[in-house]
Amino acid sequence: MVYLTRKAEFSASHFYHNPDFTPEENQRIFGKCNNPNGHGHNYTLEVTVKGEVDPRSGFVVDLKQLKEVMNHEVLDAMDHRFLNKEVPEFFKCIPTTENLAIAVWQRLESKLQKARLHRVRVYETPDLFVDFYGENDPARSYELRGDS
Amino acid sequence: MKAHLTRRYRFSASHRLHSTEMSADENRVTYGKCNNPHGHGHNYALEVTVSGQVDQSTGMVCNLVDLDGFVEREVLSRYHLENLNTLQEFAQQVPTTENLSVEIFEILQRGFYQAHLERVRLEETMMNSFEYAGTAEPKH
Repeated sequence: MVYLTRKAEFSASHFYHNPDFTPEENQRIFGKCNNPNGHGHNYTLEVTVKGEVDPRSGFVVDLKQLKEVMNHEVLDAMDHRFLNKEVPEFFKCIPTTENLAIAVWQRLESKLQKARLHRVRVYETPDLFVDFYGENDPARSYELRGDS
Repeated sequence: MKAHLTRRYRFSASHRLHSTEMSADENRVTYGKCNNPHGHGHNYALEVTVSGQVDQSTGMVCNLVDLDGFVEREVLSRYHLENLNTLQEFAQQVPTTENLSVEIFEILQRGFYQAHLERVRLEETMMNSFEYAGTAEPKH
């Protein structure tokens, strides 16, 4: 098995708000990210696919095809957009980096031909990123301890 | 759905690599310039990875304010601008970045309950880094 990672960058704005929360709760939980006018980030996306190396081409995946799918499914939809207002996944779901990584995975998964998606990594800033490994992430179970 | 969140922090500290179990010559051979008795410093970069179900009401694995607050209080304020050799956890062990990674992992595991601690990754310089995930293998 060989893993291949392709990077892309996009810039978008968002804000965090849950209509089920009171204005005070929204402010307490989301802080400055609750500003309804939004704010922006330069996101970096890393898509890692895995597969066996094709003995004829020497490729795990045709990079051109991967790049086209990423451009079409993610960048065309999200680059220079206001995520809450222009990307359907986020009309009702809060566009946190966690949900963004999940949305990117769901957009790509069915469109990739040969290679299998291994990981979607979304950097919101150089100091914050989220990894999503699919719905069946076999990682260790999560046990909540103490107060949360 | 489960996601992994990684946050990156920075701190600067000094240390000297020297083992009381080795002779002076052996220390020099083993640690080279890092054995300089006066110590030397690094700008460390720390990555903390936590995981958990994404809370549907907040869209978050855990609130970053909680993670940042814990790391600032329990890790950064303990190590930033300190000489690691003077700290109690390094009285009996060499303050290599391996040992520092384990110490930081254990501080987080003892006190941060808002998400599952996956791993700690510590860059000593831009050229070397260390990962510790407790009894598990780090996930890549």
